[in-house]
Amino acid sequence: MRKIFAKPKSLRDVPTHYCPGCGHGIVHRLICEVIDEFNIREKTIGIAPVGCAVIAYDYWDFDVTEAAHGRPPAVATGIKRILPSNIVFTYQGDGDLAAIGTAEIIHTANRGENITVIFVNNGNYGMTGGQMAPTTLLKQKTKTTPFGRDKVRDGYPLKISEMLAVLDGVVYLERVSVHKPANVRVAKKAIKRAFQTQIEKKGFSMVEVVAMCPVGWGTSCEGSVKWIEDNIIKYYPLGILKEKSEILNPKSETNSKSEIRNKS
Amino acid sequence: MRDTKHAKTVLMTGNEAIGEAAVAAGCRLYAGYPITPQNELTAYMSKRMVEEKRVFIQSESELAAINMVFGASVAGARAMTSSSSPGISLKQEGISYLAGCELPAVIVNIMRGGPGLGNIAPAQSDYFQATRGGGHGDYRTIALAPSSVEEAAELTRLAFDLADKYRGPVLVVGDGILGQMMEPVQNSKFKIQNSKLLPKPWALTGAKGRKPNIIRSLYLKPGALEEFNKKLQRKYEEIKEKETRFENILTKDAELVIVAYGTTSRITKAAVQSLRKKNKKAGLIRPITIWPFPDKAIKDAAENTKVFLAVEMSNGQMVEDVELAVKGRRPVHFYGRPGGGVPTPEEIEKEAEKLL
Repeated sequence: MRKIFAKPKSLRDVPTHYCPGCGHGIVHRLICEVIDEFNIREKTIGIAPVGCAVIAYDYWDFDVTEAAHGRPPAVATGIKRILPSNIVFTYQGDGDLAAIGTAEIIHTANRGENITVIFVNNGNYGMTGGQMAPTTLLKQKTKTTPFGRDKVRDGYPLKISEMLAVLDGVVYLERVSVHKPANVRVAKKAIKRAFQTQIEKKGFSMVEVVAMCPVGWGTSCEGSVKWIEDNIIKYYPLGILKEKSEILNPKSETNSKSEIRNKS
Repeated sequence: MRDTKHAKTVLMTGNEAIGEAAVAAGCRLYAGYPITPQNELTAYMSKRMVEEKRVFIQSESELAAINMVFGASVAGARAMTSSSSPGISLKQEGISYLAGCELPAVIVNIMRGGPGLGNIAPAQSDYFQATRGGGHGDYRTIALAPSSVEEAAELTRLAFDLADKYRGPVLVVGDGILGQMMEPVQNSKFKIQNSKLLPKPWALTGAKGRKPNIIRSLYLKPGALEEFNKKLQRKYEEIKEKETRFENILTKDAELVIVAYGTTSRITKAAVQSLRKKNKKAGLIRPITIWPFPDKAIKDAAENTKVFLAVEMSNGQMVEDVELAVKGRRPVHFYGRPGGGVPTPEEIEKEAEKLL
C-alpha cells in the first residue's frame, strides 16, 4: 500500500508541551516537511529561541543549539560563516525577534547573511504567561496590559517585517498565517521558498508566521482563529513583503573587497 | 602593518601581538566592536583574518560579537572577541551562556578605568568580574594576565588550548598599557600551530552518520541542573589543580612579599630590584592566572615571610584573594591606584619601605 501522509523524518515522534490550539506545532512540522523535501536534514543546524519553543530540540531530529534571548541571528551568523555549506535557520518568537533581539535581527538581515529566519508572531509572551509583546495589537488585553494596549503608554504594534523589508540585504520576506488549512499550505510554500533562497546562496530570507495562542489570548481554539482573521491580519496583512531577483550574497566576496581597499 | 614573516623579532603592540597569536592558534572567527584602548586589535584582525581567508566581523554590538563567537564555537571553530571594560560588561550574558553550554572561546579584556564609562586609561578594576565568573550563575573562567607583549602572545595561544581542553570561555586580561605599548616579540611565538587540535564530537556540523547533537544550558528536570553544576565544579577543581600559573621573584628569603599581576607586576619588579640594592629583602609573587589564583604559592610564602603587600591598579580587589590565601597568619597590606592611575616604582618602593 502506498503511504501518502506520514510524520516528517526530521520531526521526532514525541508529544510536544505546547498548549491546545497553539500554532508552534504546525510551524515545527512545516519546517521539518521542507527539510525532508530538500533532503537537507543531515546538514541543517537549527537555533532554538528563548520562549515557548525553547525546547524545540526535543522535537526536531537534527542538530540544534540554544541561544540567549534575542541573539539567535548573531549565533546563526557565527555558525553560517564557519559552515557556509550547511543550512542554518533561526526559530524566533515576537519577543525574541522584535523586542530584545531587534538589533541582532536588523544587522543580520542588513549584512545579508545567507540564513533563514522563521519568525512566529503570536502577539504575546506565551512562555512567561502572556505579557504584551511588540506585536500585541492596540486595545488587546494581556497580563501587562490589563486595560488593553494603549498607544500613548505602550506605543504601536511593531511592523518589524515591514522595517526589515526595506533593507538591501533582505532577499526574501513573506508574512503568512497558520490559522486555516489554506493558509497552512501557503505558509509551507513560503518556508520552502525561504530555505530555497538559502540553498541557492541568495542571501537573507525570513518568513513571519502569524500563529494562534488561545491560552495567552484568553480565548478558545476557535476564538483564536477568529482573532487572527478579524484583527491580526487586518493590521499585519499577509503576503510577500520582499522578493529580490538578483543575487548579491556570496560571503567570499568580502575578501576581494578588502584587497581593493588596501591597494587604494 | 609590519611584515611578521621574515624577521627574527618583531616590534608590535600588545593588541597586535594578541591578534597575531590568535591567528597562529587557528582562530577562525573574530568578532569585535570598537572601544578604546583595544581598537588596534580589532583593526589588526580586520586585515589578518581576511588575508588568511578566515572570518572577521565588525558586529553591531558587544552582545552580537560574543554571540557570533558563540555560534562559531557551536560549529566547532576556534573563535575570539575582544573589548575593554564597559564592553566586557555587555559580553557577560554571552560568557555565562558559553560556560553553561560548555563552549570554548577566548575573550580579551584590555581594561580601562571604571565604573561606568570611566576613562580610557589603564586599570585593573575588572578583577572581581574576571575571577568570579562575571555573569549570572555558578561558573568561573580561566583568566590569564600577561605582563609583557611577548607574554600576551604566549598566553593568547595558551588561552585557545585551555578553552578547548576544558570546554569553556577563557579570558586574557590586560590593560591599556599592555595593549598599546610596543615591545619586541620573538617571531617564533607566531608559528602556525601544527599540532592536531582536540576533536570536537559535540560540535554542530549537521547530523550526518550520527545522532543529532544538541547544545544547551537548559536543564528543566528536577535535580538535573544541580548535577550539571556539580560537574562544572569538578571541572573547576581540576583547573585549579592543573592550570594555576605564577612567577616567584626573589621570594625565598623575602621578609616582604608583594603580590601584583599584569602591568603592575612589572612596575613592582623595578621597585623590588631597587629595594634589593638597598639590601632590603623584598620579593614578588606574580599571578599569571588570576583565576585560578595561586593561593598555594602565597600560603607557602606566608611560612617564611613577615608581611604581604598587594599592589593593584584598583581600589583593592585581588588583595581579598591574598587575604584568603594568607588566612590571617601574616598581615596583608594594600596599595592601589584606582580610576586609571598608574603607580610608579618609587611609590611602590615607598609603600614597601613602610613595612620593612
